[in-house]
Amino acid sequence: MGIVMKKLLIYIKDYKKECILGPLFKLLEAGFDLIVPLVTAAIIDHGIAESDSGYIMRYGGVLALLAAVGLLCSATAQYFAAKAAVGFSANLRHALFAHIESLSFSEIDEIGTSTLITRMTSDINQVQAGVNMALRLFLRSPFIVAGSVILAFLMDAQAAIVFVVVVALLMATVFGIMAVSMPLHKKVQGALDRVLGSTRENLTGVRVIRAFHREREEEEEFEQENNFLAYMQQLVGKISALTNPVTYVLINLALVVLLWTGGVRINAGFLSQGKVVAMINYLTQILIELVKFANTIILANKALACASRVESVFEIHSSLGEGLAEQEEKNNFGDEGGRKARGKGFSGTSPSGAGRDVAGEKMRETSGGTASEVLQKTDKDVAGEKSGGQVIFKRAALRYRGASEPSIEGVDFTAEPGQTIGIIGGTGSGKSSLVHLIPRFYDATEGEVLVDGKNVREIPIDVLRKKIGIVMQKPVLFHGTIRENLLWGNEEADEEALKEALILSQSMEFVEKKERGMDTEVAQGGRNLSGGQRQRLSIARALVRRPEILILDDSTSALDYATDARLRQSLKGLSYHPTVFIVSQRTSSLRHADLILALDDGKVVGMGTHGELLETCKLYHEIHYSQFQKEEMKDGK
Amino acid sequence: MGNRQTIKKVLLYIKNYWWLLFFSVFFSAASVICTLYLPILTGYAVDSMADAGRVDFSVLKILLAEMAVMVLLTGISQWIMNVCNNRITYLVVRDIRKDVFHKIQKLPVRYLDSHPVGDIVSRVIADVDQFADGLLMGFTQAFTGILTILGTLFFMIGINVWITLVVVVVTPLSFFVAGFIAKRTHSMFQKQSEVRGEQTGLVDEMVGNQQVVQAYGQEEKVLARFDEINERLKRYSLRATFFSSLTNPATRFVNNLVYAGVGIAGAFFAIQGRLSVGSLSCFLSYANQYTKPFNEISGVITELQNAITCAGRVFALLEEEEEKETAPGDAPEDCTGAVRFAHVCFSYTEDRPLIRDLDLDVRPGQRIAIVGPTGCGKTTIINLMMRFYDVTEGAILIDGRDIREYTREELRGRYGMVLQETWLKDGTVLENILFGREDATREEAVEAAKLSYAHSFIKRLPQGYDTVIQENGENLSQGQRQLLCIARAVLCKPSILILDEATSSIDTRTEIKIQSAFQKLMEGRTSFIVAHRLSTIQNADTILVMRDGKIIEQGDHKTLLSQNGFYAELYQSQFAVE
Repeated sequence: MGIVMKKLLIYIKDYKKECILGPLFKLLEAGFDLIVPLVTAAIIDHGIAESDSGYIMRYGGVLALLAAVGLLCSATAQYFAAKAAVGFSANLRHALFAHIESLSFSEIDEIGTSTLITRMTSDINQVQAGVNMALRLFLRSPFIVAGSVILAFLMDAQAAIVFVVVVALLMATVFGIMAVSMPLHKKVQGALDRVLGSTRENLTGVRVIRAFHREREEEEEFEQENNFLAYMQQLVGKISALTNPVTYVLINLALVVLLWTGGVRINAGFLSQGKVVAMINYLTQILIELVKFANTIILANKALACASRVESVFEIHSSLGEGLAEQEEKNNFGDEGGRKARGKGFSGTSPSGAGRDVAGEKMRETSGGTASEVLQKTDKDVAGEKSGGQVIFKRAALRYRGASEPSIEGVDFTAEPGQTIGIIGGTGSGKSSLVHLIPRFYDATEGEVLVDGKNVREIPIDVLRKKIGIVMQKPVLFHGTIRENLLWGNEEADEEALKEALILSQSMEFVEKKERGMDTEVAQGGRNLSGGQRQRLSIARALVRRPEILILDDSTSALDYATDARLRQSLKGLSYHPTVFIVSQRTSSLRHADLILALDDGKVVGMGTHGELLETCKLYHEIHYSQFQKEEMKDGK
Repeated sequence: MGNRQTIKKVLLYIKNYWWLLFFSVFFSAASVICTLYLPILTGYAVDSMADAGRVDFSVLKILLAEMAVMVLLTGISQWIMNVCNNRITYLVVRDIRKDVFHKIQKLPVRYLDSHPVGDIVSRVIADVDQFADGLLMGFTQAFTGILTILGTLFFMIGINVWITLVVVVVTPLSFFVAGFIAKRTHSMFQKQSEVRGEQTGLVDEMVGNQQVVQAYGQEEKVLARFDEINERLKRYSLRATFFSSLTNPATRFVNNLVYAGVGIAGAFFAIQGRLSVGSLSCFLSYANQYTKPFNEISGVITELQNAITCAGRVFALLEEEEEKETAPGDAPEDCTGAVRFAHVCFSYTEDRPLIRDLDLDVRPGQRIAIVGPTGCGKTTIINLMMRFYDVTEGAILIDGRDIREYTREELRGRYGMVLQETWLKDGTVLENILFGREDATREEAVEAAKLSYAHSFIKRLPQGYDTVIQENGENLSQGQRQLLCIARAVLCKPSILILDEATSSIDTRTEIKIQSAFQKLMEGRTSFIVAHRLSTIQNADTILVMRDGKIIEQGDHKTLLSQNGFYAELYQSQFAVE
């Protein structure tokens, strides 16, 4: 158990003081608890025996005083324990969330979103409760047990032997039960995960389920999962439920033994009746504390099972880990001091002008290098010869984890800065996989991908991704206002830049109509917007960052042709000439691209301009005429 | 919802397991009685060993044997009681989860659209779990506690009425203190629950869309938002945890005062000779046993308080208004597929009308295409036909009968639907196709897959039709998933076919092939096709051109083109040379 928690315990570091003070005050309270019987004994032995009512009042007062001091100690202990436990779980949640965010898609695909959510919520809650309990009881109970045993030995060693035996047996029982039930607790949590998964699935698929009126079958399936969970919980419950009765039986059989040996010792004159009574009291105290301890163990057991599940998430590392070389690069690129210096040098040397400032801002954002390099580049930029945005694929291939066939292979082409690259192909031909290699959503399993002459693996990931604006096939917006969503593209974008992006992406027409314009609330997942509106806003978000490389992954599929055409028109006119990748199934979207790649089953089967491909590539020809029947083309022209 | 109502509802759930509850109560009573009898035997045993050389071993032997039996009986009773309690708790929780899930099936789509998935999930999972913990603790400790109190009271009165009185008068303080704390912490637990829900919502949203978060390098900002909620949660949790954990020390303090009181009073009685020393020590140990359960019970009260807050949230969901089923359920089996929209008006929010006075008559077997700019209300029409939402004014009629007079099952059984969103179940490919019609055979499913051009890619999957689709179907491409959705609709052989942007994520080459499958499928069936790709709808009998919730043009492809209106503009734009 120690090993399980070890890695998580670093998150309690900030609360060392609380972790020490909490149990300490708890021990103080326990100490007072051990004194109480002695005071009572004094009252009986002296107060009653000598009929001294003053003595009785004084010692009665001591009892009350002990109670009051005990209350203070214990309240203090509870406060420290609560503070440490709550702070610990807050740290842990923070770290876990940050860790999950760092995972790449291969890992998240593998674990599954719903599992991650249980880890994040109910598992950590359990761990928190466990830590809280542990700080309060894990020291107190053993302390009282040990104290009682020692006091018994001081009275009569021979009669006290049974104390040692019973404590050993109790430990064995408690840990034995724990060892058996621990793996079962894991299974219970697994079953709970599945119940959660079913619930989520049902909620996200509600329209389809209802359309096919499959509610009843869904319920039946849920019931199976649910019943299995209940079954597992009962199984574990049966075993855990042994703890209390077994400890009770053990301790009371010890009492029987104690009474027998006590009898023998009294008969032999080694022990007095009063001392036997005292020992019985201590034995009772041991029982009470051990029952508490056992209950704490059950809770701790649960908490540990949860802890190891949380920990297993930490053990999954992003497959995109940045190597040593990259770290060094990063220091050069992203080092705070360097950045400041660069910023300073810039404002010092260049005469201020709005256009220049924006360009400079961007340069600092997107490219690296020394201050002088930046300045040089900036000058070039102002002159309109921007050089960023070159993308080269060298025999790149991608095979997803666990897949038997590569999704794309042998992709070889060069996209010069400012060019428009079209990618076309059938469903599952690898179009998305190809563009996902550029921002390193996945790493090429063979060959390499270069951006501005550098292998993408050697560019720090945040630097790389800042160059790129990508719009996914499935448009995703987040809870918040439209403005907040757009600012994802570039936090420093001003009102003008946002408006420009909205106009360029053809979103302005509907955003304007909203009562609150850009401050309209977007529901979770953008559910209060139509598919087309979401797509356009996703494009606007990408444009806000004025990327060097713009990737549109089939992201106009929900737009009508007129809007789509206007959008393409406006992308052509972008002042900063990004390299544009358009993934599409419509030849009309691509016909003006500088280079079109036709993909079939992961392989490039045609490469060239629209005109060239119509002549040379059978696939492209076929796709094109499937969309425009020949005679209509004649009509149209 | 008030606590009282919540408790009442919990009791209704427990009622189903009254026999388990009966066992639990019986064995807990048995174990308490044995437990309380044990000190008396112990007392006798101590009395039998008065002094050196005066130990009565024959009496001691019998007493000890009796004790051993008692102890074993107690152990067994305790175990049975625990097992019963476990059973009740987990079965009740299972029933509640089942009902919640059932409820979700009955809630209007409107409700589900407006509530984050994470929030509902957190009620089904975290809240119910917390409730289970509280309930279990309540069962195991509350009843035993009460019995112990009553039992000890009985024995104490037997020894000395006056000292018992001291105990009885002072102890209620303990209840008072516990009640006071519970009241104060209730609102803190509620706050904690709320913030937890908020956090789960954020995690759900962000982890679910990790790609976008990472593509925009928003990890830090998202983390900052998370931290803000986390910080609030920490504050509320600290308050809730600390104040509720004061209950134990506070009640223990009261108990210690009781103990001191008994000690002093007992000592004075002893001085007067009205109480023996042995009886006093016996009294003290009983007083201890009397007050301990108060500790436990007040602990249980806090835990239950928390549990009730959680249960309240769960029951609040169960209380939500369901979709009403008012239809008689006597709709004829046959369906010709005639659909009529009679002056339909609809709006999602009262202040913003979306569809205004839509009037349309569709004859059986007609193909209706709906086109128009995004956001003009195309999908809303589908929502209305499926009764995901109900019309605000007017009516939709199928075969001359208001769709509100069909049961939802009767109504939806008439449709086959393919949506833009390609939701698939956790399960095999085959199971997903069979989702369309469960009584279909494997052969029929394969046939449907062939018809919808899904067969060829399914064949290539590692386990063919038995390949398990991962959560969110991530091992399939968007297009492949859509093909499965189409196969699913093909299998159910509907009278009315609804294709809501069904082919938007499929390449046109495949689409052409599917078109022919659709043609076959549409024969003799009324079809509604929502599309933006105009090439796919040219064969429709009627094309409805929508704009801002109204039909502005209507007619077949040729007529519309010759009208040279909005449709013609849309159509031309796809050939526009930029």
